[in-house]
Amino acid sequence: MVAPILPTLEPRLPNAEARAAPDVGHLRQDGFALRGVGLAYEQRTILDGLDLEIATGERVAILGPNGAGKSSLLRILTGHAPDRRGSVRLDGLPLEGYSREMLARVVAVVPGEVSLPFAASVEDVVALGRIPHEDPFRGLRDADRSAVTAAIERVGIGELVGRDARRLSLGERQLVVLAMALAQAPRVLVLDEPTVHLDLRHQVDVMELLVEINDRDGVGVIAVLHDLSLAAHFFPRLVLLDRGRIVADGAPGEVLSPERIRAVYGVDPALVRR
Amino acid sequence: MSAGAATEARSAVRVGRLGVLRHRPVAIGLGALAALGVAIVAGVAFGNIAVPIGDTIGILASRLGWPVATSWPASTETIVVDLRLPRVLTAAVVGAGLAVAGTTFQGLLRNPLADPYVLGTASGAALGAAIAVLIPVSVAWLGFGLVHALAFSGALIAVAVVWRLARTTSLSSLTALLLTGYAVGSLLAAGLSVAMYASGAQLRQIIFYLLGGFSGASWPQLAAAAPLVVVGSVLILIRARSLNALLLGEETAANLGMNVRRERAILLSLAALVTAAAVAVSGLIGFVGLIVPHIVRLMVGPNARLVLPLSALVGAAFLTFADLIARIPGELPVGVVTAIVGAPFFIIILRRARAGYEV
Repeated sequence: MVAPILPTLEPRLPNAEARAAPDVGHLRQDGFALRGVGLAYEQRTILDGLDLEIATGERVAILGPNGAGKSSLLRILTGHAPDRRGSVRLDGLPLEGYSREMLARVVAVVPGEVSLPFAASVEDVVALGRIPHEDPFRGLRDADRSAVTAAIERVGIGELVGRDARRLSLGERQLVVLAMALAQAPRVLVLDEPTVHLDLRHQVDVMELLVEINDRDGVGVIAVLHDLSLAAHFFPRLVLLDRGRIVADGAPGEVLSPERIRAVYGVDPALVRR
Repeated sequence: MSAGAATEARSAVRVGRLGVLRHRPVAIGLGALAALGVAIVAGVAFGNIAVPIGDTIGILASRLGWPVATSWPASTETIVVDLRLPRVLTAAVVGAGLAVAGTTFQGLLRNPLADPYVLGTASGAALGAAIAVLIPVSVAWLGFGLVHALAFSGALIAVAVVWRLARTTSLSSLTALLLTGYAVGSLLAAGLSVAMYASGAQLRQIIFYLLGGFSGASWPQLAAAAPLVVVGSVLILIRARSLNALLLGEETAANLGMNVRRERAILLSLAALVTAAAVAVSGLIGFVGLIVPHIVRLMVGPNARLVLPLSALVGAAFLTFADLIARIPGELPVGVVTAIVGAPFFIIILRRARAGYEV
């Protein structure tokens, strides 16, 4: 019933210069490997001394209070923080060696808030996900169109086709940009608070979809989440950030201990049902 | 209901309308092409000395290399080929260029109110033209005057200044470009006012340029402007992918694989070049570059691959008709006609389409 997910792409090697970069040790050759990563903005330290490895097919939630550096970590993973310190490798190669287009074929980012300057149908928006794959001159070909259709069906928004994406509810819009990211046929999906504006039902829907995409299609999922309960329920691995550092990394049971919740969030852990 | 079943149920609704929508652009393109053909023939036939439609088509066909028996006086052929045709084709080329530039600026700046003149090209060109009028030297070569040269350079210099200044602000890049464009435009407009104030008897010449029109069109001018407009538009069209990527903003565009800085610089330069070539031969003609892209988007959606070529065709047809209408009462400025015809038409379309479209 569920359409097979889009054809997996051969990993593309960045240029020779990047490949010849010095070896940083026994880092994993698939997925992300961060060593000593830091980021500062106008004298203020946002992230400091981060060591983190995330394998390609993993499902990881990044947690932490406001200002802990979660979104900054995502910006680093998606190549939007050129002034960071430390080394970031993707599939064994330095992130700097990737062009935006090469990166877009591996990592898809589900945008949080989107605005459209012009009316665009749902399928127009989903088709944007094919941009890194489509022929620069001829545009969408049949393979791209079927990838768009597959992504629309995967997310279950067939009934929204033809509608103006600007007139959808927040929940529907979230599904549309998720379908766009899936049409990109990524090996890793990166999401920044994908459930922030959604009601409980839609939160669970999106989470189940992410689990399914990860389990069945093998697409890695890295998501910044605010809701500890959702994260603990749907993600096997949690990374907890506090004031720019990783304070815990592991299974929900280990990471979300009552003492740690009290220490990091400063609230009574009884408020968090796990 | 289990979550899995819910997902299955949602997936069960099939995608049905993709196929239907795919054929519309071709029909719209053919319609626009036909309208352009009619506009060109009508534009050539109409004038102080009316040329019969049959003769008009015959002359055009023979010039295109078709074997047509000559049945018209030589003077008619002179009127058609030397006077009317360059004018009509210049209107078509300028209309296409302004529509393409408007589509590009709206997409780049992610602003539905943007038009080809938004980053100072209009005031730059106007000031250039005014200075040319005031300089007491008459330079003319093959129908080109100082006015054309300075209007062209003025438009390009204005955009270059806006681009340079916007890069050094701490604002977000799009806001910076728009605000700097507005500021530089105001400054140049002040310069224009001074030039007009000081122009005395030559004021009429400046106003003539500001209102825009094709009465001075000639083959050499067309030969200079058309390649710039056509080549610039084609180069924009082959970068349509970048304009599409920008639909959801610059960060998403980067995540979709676009080198935002480089593509923005290239597209902006090309759109400025096309605009400068257009305003150099026609003066300032408003509305075409603003409304044509919106009319086309209403019909085919936001995909720049379709919007750019269709806007070019619709813009060419629209401005050719507008020039024809401008000639009926004598010689009205074309910019007046585009506004009088375009504004109500645009408002009607927006009201009709309110269910599915908002600007």
